[in-house]
Order: sequence, then structure tokens, then C-alpha cells
Amino acid sequence: MSDIRKSLVLHGGLIALLLLLGFVLPAYHHGNLARVMVLAVYAMGYNVLFGYTGLLSLGHAMFFAAGMYGMGLTIQHLGFSAEAALLTGVVAAFVLSTVVGLLALRTTGVAFMIVTLMFAQTGYLVVLYFGEWTRGDEGFVIQKASRVIAGIDVSDPGNRYLAALALFAICLWIILKLVQAPFGKVLIAIRENEDRARMLGYDIFRHKLIAVIVSGTISGTAGAFYGLLFGYTGASFATVQYSIFPLLWVLLGGAGTVTGPLVGALFMFYLIDITSGLTSAYMLFAGIALVLLTLFARQGLVGEIRRRFAPWLP
Amino acid sequence: MSNKKIVSVSDSRRKALKTLAAGAGAFAGMSTLPGLVGYAQSASSEPIRIGFQVHRTGIGAAYGRWYNRTTQAAAKMINAAGGINGRPVEIVAEDDGTDPKRGAEVVEKFATQHKCDIAFGTLFSHVVIGSAPRAGELKLPYFVVSEGHHVASGMLNRYTLQPGITDVKSQVQAMAPYVASNLGKKVTMIYPDFAFGHDHRDYFSAAIEKQGGKVIQKIAIPPTESSFTKYFPKIPRDTDVIYHVMVGPAVLTFVKELGEFYGPNKPQIFGFIDSLEAVDMASPGLEFLDGTYFWEANPRYAQANQTSHDKAFRAAVGVDDNGASVSDSKDVSTYSHMFGCWETLYTVKAGMEAAGYQGPKDRAKLIEAVEAMSHIPLSDEHPQGAKIFNGKTHQVFGHQYITKVTNGKLVLAHTTSIEDTLYPDEVDYTKKSF
Amino acid sequence: MDFGPYLLLASLEGAVQSAVLALTAVGLSLVFGTMRVVNVAHGEFFMLGAVLAWWVTTFVGLHPAVGFIVALVVAPLAAGVIAAAADLTVLKRLKYDPESTIVATIGILYIIQQVVLMTYGPDARPVQAPFSHRFYTPWFGYSSYKLFVIGIAILLLLGVWVLMAKTRIGLILRATQLDREMAQAFGIPVERVYALVFGLGAALAAMAAVLIVPIQQAHYLMGGDPLLLSFIVVIIGGLGSLMGTVVAAVLIGMSDGIISVFFTPTLAKILATLLVAFVLIFRPNGLFGKRSS
Repeated sequence: MSDIRKSLVLHGGLIALLLLLGFVLPAYHHGNLARVMVLAVYAMGYNVLFGYTGLLSLGHAMFFAAGMYGMGLTIQHLGFSAEAALLTGVVAAFVLSTVVGLLALRTTGVAFMIVTLMFAQTGYLVVLYFGEWTRGDEGFVIQKASRVIAGIDVSDPGNRYLAALALFAICLWIILKLVQAPFGKVLIAIRENEDRARMLGYDIFRHKLIAVIVSGTISGTAGAFYGLLFGYTGASFATVQYSIFPLLWVLLGGAGTVTGPLVGALFMFYLIDITSGLTSAYMLFAGIALVLLTLFARQGLVGEIRRRFAPWLP
Repeated sequence: MSNKKIVSVSDSRRKALKTLAAGAGAFAGMSTLPGLVGYAQSASSEPIRIGFQVHRTGIGAAYGRWYNRTTQAAAKMINAAGGINGRPVEIVAEDDGTDPKRGAEVVEKFATQHKCDIAFGTLFSHVVIGSAPRAGELKLPYFVVSEGHHVASGMLNRYTLQPGITDVKSQVQAMAPYVASNLGKKVTMIYPDFAFGHDHRDYFSAAIEKQGGKVIQKIAIPPTESSFTKYFPKIPRDTDVIYHVMVGPAVLTFVKELGEFYGPNKPQIFGFIDSLEAVDMASPGLEFLDGTYFWEANPRYAQANQTSHDKAFRAAVGVDDNGASVSDSKDVSTYSHMFGCWETLYTVKAGMEAAGYQGPKDRAKLIEAVEAMSHIPLSDEHPQGAKIFNGKTHQVFGHQYITKVTNGKLVLAHTTSIEDTLYPDEVDYTKKSF
Repeated sequence: MDFGPYLLLASLEGAVQSAVLALTAVGLSLVFGTMRVVNVAHGEFFMLGAVLAWWVTTFVGLHPAVGFIVALVVAPLAAGVIAAAADLTVLKRLKYDPESTIVATIGILYIIQQVVLMTYGPDARPVQAPFSHRFYTPWFGYSSYKLFVIGIAILLLLGVWVLMAKTRIGLILRATQLDREMAQAFGIPVERVYALVFGLGAALAAMAAVLIVPIQQAHYLMGGDPLLLSFIVVIIGGLGSLMGTVVAAVLIGMSDGIISVFFTPTLAKILATLLVAFVLIFRPNGLFGKRSS
């Protein structure tokens, strides 16, 4: 079987498995998985920039929040329908990532890290500054009546799961196509050795900019959906913590792999859930996991699998 | 494929048959005699599980600790007196990290994994607002102890109630008459630049204007600010009263630096005890607070008119007459907030008893029973004071206290009437469906 | 308040900020410059300094000044030893690969933070200043201890400069920074030097925290802001330049105080944050940068 075929079977199988789980999982894990799938989309967006292009951003929370607020504010203050609001969220993230990309890509490496962090901090402060509309850190509820996409009430757990799965599946497909296409291969080349890629004649800036835009827009889409599906928009999603989470998830799951983000998000979720029953210092386990990971499994969980057994994994 | 464990076939078949029989019996019982099952459950003293959403970590942690102690003390007291409807109360605590996303996940856990009857105990508003939608979807009664105006504003749902602690709107507006007539009419407000602070700004500005006063300067401090001196010059020289309410780990710094800045020539100062919850009044640098005033929901220091109920409450929770832990006098409590946990649990008990609560299918009945409450008298169950519960807005109203710092202690100067704290209804949850 | 005194007060506050920030950032800059790695746990060593100061002063009892002096010695030492140990057990094994180091130090960040949470707890606790004295200008009162902080920080920074410029150890550090292989060829035990530098960086941060903790409180989450700020300072000052770090610290510390004179606080913070971003966008090597990042 060709590599492309194999990956199609694997990823198609993954979606099928998630669909099946939606019908058999007990209520608690069912709800968790719906959340994790949306957050995995956020991580997948982050992965495009970090895992594939090699650019470490510490400010992705601003894209997530842009999507969330684009959706939330239009529903709350302009009475948009859910579909229009979601679209606005996606567009907001698109615009923001274009602007940020144009500015931030003038820097690289650690400076890029700081610039993205600074922009994200600004985003958070702006949300607080316009607290009259955004309700600042307190946030606001997206009322049940507004949470109807194409006639389907997503406050119902079954529908919500399917909506999350649909979002996940679509983004998975987009990213799969992206990384297997020539464009994706150039991104990897840039990650591995930027100078060589430039000397081969590729327009590095254009590629990086598109990577930032794709990454930011996907992250923002996740934000818009998260707010709508779970009924809450708030500034805590724009804080530094929410920029570090996707980095954690991607690292744990495997940077530069398509399924890594989902694995990482799932792993971290249950790590926290289980250890918070043992101690209030449950992030200790996350810290230990990270250190052990860098020492013994640098590529992350899926990355290690790819390295040892399945080099064809995208 | 089983070389693993040799169990005699007859044994395992016997076990299987037993399990099958028990299961079949239970199934038969459940489907034919529903009423009997309920009765059987309570007779076998199946506990009432209360999911306690606590801020063990994050910025709310200092409050979380005291909320936990008060909750455990109340549960112990309730169980010692026979529980609720003859069933013991079990507190299932989960840390929400003072984060709205985790808060919603924890509510989910209470409902679907821990099989709790209700969720309770959240303080910080953003966590409440982030968690309430999920509680509503899961049809889980969610009793918050938050002080936020979000419940009464109509933003939330019929499953969210706040029957044990008053909200910031009623607290703030009740202060205006005393401030205007005793301290001064030109006020400078210092508050944190997020929703909680904005509520203070908006409600107090409106209330003081009704008293003929005016807020002449509003200083909004950004969150996570750790040094405040640079903001003090913005206070106009003709200020009569400085009104302050600060939250977070830096509160002590705020008060100390205010003292350093002013020295002996200070205007009148009126603060909310939030600025000093869990902070020892005897801390160095706080001497300048002598002669200033504080709002307290529940006076930290035992007063001359201390009731037997306050005495009993302190003894149960383990707090001395200075509001500090009996085992460590430096461990000062969040006395103006934690009573909310005690009173909320007792309200839940009263509601469950009035509704004849047997299990999750009675959740709507429980809510209706609480909505039907109105006058709640001062008692051991409600030691902070008498209250009026508004079933339509799901919010309780009570006395507010103003104390003056005298020789390092907070001495009661004024008690508002409950009427001073009321405001027009903004929602009627009873008209909403379950 | 009139403009003049207001500016004076803002400048004093800015100076205190700058002093502490400079000390913390120099610690980070040393590590950056010599080892070329990003220590994301730097803020946690700062926090450790504050928490250890609380432990020490509470343990010692006696007069606050005594406890403070002991803390000023013990806390940085302890933080330095822990950091050196982390370097030898984890970072060395990673061969100082930049990306892995970032991840590993994030892990160390969580470990330190959570261990403090488990032992010291989630509360913010005050530490008494060694002396408590106010001086009064016609317009405001001010804590003399804050002036003391500025003074001590300047002394410590001078000490670091003397160490780097005039001593043999400093020579070894600078040699390792300039050319690692060459230094090794000359018999310098590079790995031990790295451990020393990593420890020194943490110790400086801890020392800055001991100085500031009587003004603020010791709290397990207090490492976040210093981390962020010292990063900004080091990048803007320019990688590899201690002088640049100090200048940038002064600039950023002072501007934070002075901008707030003119704008509402949140707006001031927004402007300050954007300013940092744009400085970096248009001068990616920072103000004094020697090499590209």
C-alpha cells in the first residue's frame, strides 16, 4: 500500500473510531472527548506553525480568542445567527493572523517568540480594556437559544459531540492535504534548514506568512466553536496560559505529526483529571512528563511511533 | 487463550449465576416498583453527594482553603444532627484552578462521573459564568457562593442559585448612604480593572449620586499589577473619601503602599474587606488603617453584640474572636465570604427537606422548594444575619456591616437594613422552563 | 498632584522596578549569552528566592534585619545549587539543544512551581523588611527601604561586572561564551562552567526576589511576570550583551512608571507591550545586539 493510502486508512479509521465512541462512551468521557476534539483542532492549528514550519509562537491564544470573541460578540450584541457568528469568528482570526504574520515575520527565533507573546498580551489587555462590551475576564454566557447550527441544537451532548467531530474531521483533512502537498514539504524544508530552502529558490517569507495565516485561522476556528459549543466566552482564554497549552499538547503528542495534537490534548486532559484527584499540585505530573519526554522521547508520543515503526506517518 | 488463572468451572459459573440473579432481581425491582426503590435507597442511607467546586489553586486559593474548612464543618454539623432526610451528606471536592474552562469540566465530572446530586461552592465570577451553562444543560442544581451579580442579572439559568451570600450590587449600593453622610461626598474609587471592579465602579457611582455625592476620580488598576504607588498621585487633592476594593495576592502591598504614600495626612478611607481578606490587621505597615472604615459582610472580630449563633459558628469552623484560625493566630480567615458556604448548605438542606428530595429526579422539585423561600431568620444555620430570598432572581439579600478600624481591630459602626440593599428585579427565572 | 512631584514619584517607582529587573535579567542574560539556551524556568528561581526568604526569616525569628541578611545569602545559594543540579541532570543530557531545552525548562518550571505549591501552599505571605522607615517630601511619603533596594541592586550589578571583567572566573566565562570549542581546547571544563553559569543566573534572580519580597509578598505564582519582563529586557538589550540588558532594564522599568503618568493604567500597559513588540520588529537584534538570534 502506498504511503498516501496508508495514511488515508489510518486517519479515516481514526474518524470512524471517534464516531463509534460517540455512541458507546459513558456520559462523562463522552463530554470530555467532545472538548478534547475542539482543543485538538486548536493544537493542530498551532502544530502547522510550530511542528511543520519550526516557528515557536507564544501568542496563539490571541487567535483562539479572536475566533471566540468574533463569534461571541456578534451573537451577544448584534444578534447574529450561530452560522454567521462562527463565520465572523473565523474571519476575525484570519484577519488577525494576516496582520500579525506581516509584522512578526520580520523577526525569527527567540525574537519571534517574544513578539507573538507581546501581541497576545496586547490582545488580552484590549479585551479587558473594552470590558463594557466584552465583560472582560468575567466573560458572558452564550445563551442556549443562540446555540443552534443549521437547526441543530448543539447544547445537546449528542449533537455537540457530532459537531466537534465534524470540525475535527474537516481540519484533520485540511492539514493532511496541506502537509502531503508540495507546500507542506517546503514548510518542513524551511524548518530543517531555512538557508538551504532559500537557496533552492523558495519564497521563504510567502511560505511562512501562509503558514501563520493557516495556523491562526484554524486556531481561531477552534476558539469560535469552543465558545459556541460550550456556551461561554471569556478573557481567560486569551491569557498566556492558553498560549502554552497548545505547545504542551503538541510537544507531548508529537510536533510535526498530524495526529500528535489530538493524542497530546487527550493525554494532558486525562493526566490532569486523574492526578487532580491525588493532589492539588497536579501540574507537577505535567512537568515531570515534559522532562521525561525531552530526555527519552523527544519526538512526542506519535513522533516516537513514527520514528521507530512507521516512517510514513504524516 | 487462558493459561492465566485456573478457576474451577463450577465456581465461576456459580459466581456468574449469582451476579446474573442479583442483576435480574435489581432490574425487575427497578422497573416494577420505582417508589419502593427510592425508599429502599434512603433507608440504606445512601449519601447525598454534594459536588464542591473549590479554588484549591490559582488566584482564588486563599478563599478556597477557608471555603473548604467551612464546608467540611457544616457537613459535619449536618451529619451529626442526622443528615438530610435521614441521609448523610458527602462532600465531593474538585479543584477548578480558578479557571472557567476547568470549572465547566469539573461540573461535568460532578454530574456524570461522581453522580452528585448538586454542585456548589464556586466563588470567582468568571468561573461561575463559565461553569453555569454546563450545569444548566446537565440539569444539575448549581448553588454558587460568589457575590457576583451574574445570577440576579438574568445571564445564567434556572439551575443556578445564590441563596447564601449577597451580591455586589446590593452590597455597594447599601454603602452609599453611610459614606455620603459620615465620610464625605467627593469620592475617588480605586478598583481592579476587570468585571468585579467595574461592578463596584458602576453601582457605587449611581448610588452615591442618589445621595448627592459624586465620584470625582476612577482609578482602574490592571490585573496582575504588583506595585501601586505610581497610581496614587492620580487621587485628586480635594478628595473626601478614598473608596478601595482590591483582590489577589497583592492586596497587602496595595494597603501598605497607600499607607507609605499618605503618612498621617490622609483623607477618609472606605474599603471593602476584600482588600484584606485572609490578611492579618496587625501586619506591619497597616497601622495607618486606624480610623478608616470597611465594608464587611460578616464582621471578622467578635463584637460587643455578638450573637450566640456567631459564637457557635466560630467554634464549629475553628476560628477565634479575631477571625483567625484557633490553631494558628497568623492564619486569618476570609470571614466575610466563607459564611456563605455554611448558609448555602443549610439552605440546600431546608430545600431538600421541603421538597422531600430522594434523588436526581427530584432536582427540579428542589429548585422550586428553594424558590419558594422568602424570609430566613438569624439562627445557628444562618449566623451572618436574617435574610430575604428572592425566588424570582435566585438571589438572597441581607444585612451589610460597616466597621471602623480602632486600635488594630475592626469595630462595628453601622448595620444596614435589608431594605437598603434591595434593587428592582432584573429577571424572573421561575417563568423559565426546566 | 502637580506634574513635577508626580514625575518624581513615578521615577522613583520606576527606579525600583528597574533595579530588580536588571538583576533578574542579567541572570537570564548570562545564561543566554554563555550557553545559548532559553531558561523558561528562570521566573521560578526568582519565586524560589522569595519563598526561601520567607522560610529563612520565619525560621530565624529575631530582628527582621538579621533574618533578611541570612536570607540574602541562603536563598540565592540554594536556588543556585538547585539550578546547577537541574543543569547537570537534565540539560547536559540534552546536549543543550535549543528546542529541547525550552521544553525541558518548561517542565522544570512546573515542577518547581508545584513543589512550592505543595509545601509552601497557595497563599501569599509577607516578609518583613529589615527596617521600616518613611521619608516625607512635601507631596508624598516614600519607603526608605525602596531606596535601599536600588542601592543594593546597583552594588550587586557592579559586583557582577567586576566578576566578569576583572576576575579569572569571568575570563573563563567570557571565553566559553565566545567560542566553546576553543575554550575546551584550552582545557576549560566547559560543562562545569555551564553548571556554574546556570546556577549563577538562578542565584541572581533569587537575590532580586529577596530584595523585592518585603515590598511585595511571596506567592507561588509570582514567577510569571519576572520571567516575561526579563525575557523582553534581554532580547531588547541584545543577546550576549550585559550592558544592553542593564540599559534595557532601566528603560523598561522607568517607562512602565512614567507612561502610567500619562495614560490610564490598562491603556498604558497596552502601549508599553506594543512598544516592545515594535522595537523588536524593527530592530530584531535588539539595541546592542552582537549576533542574530
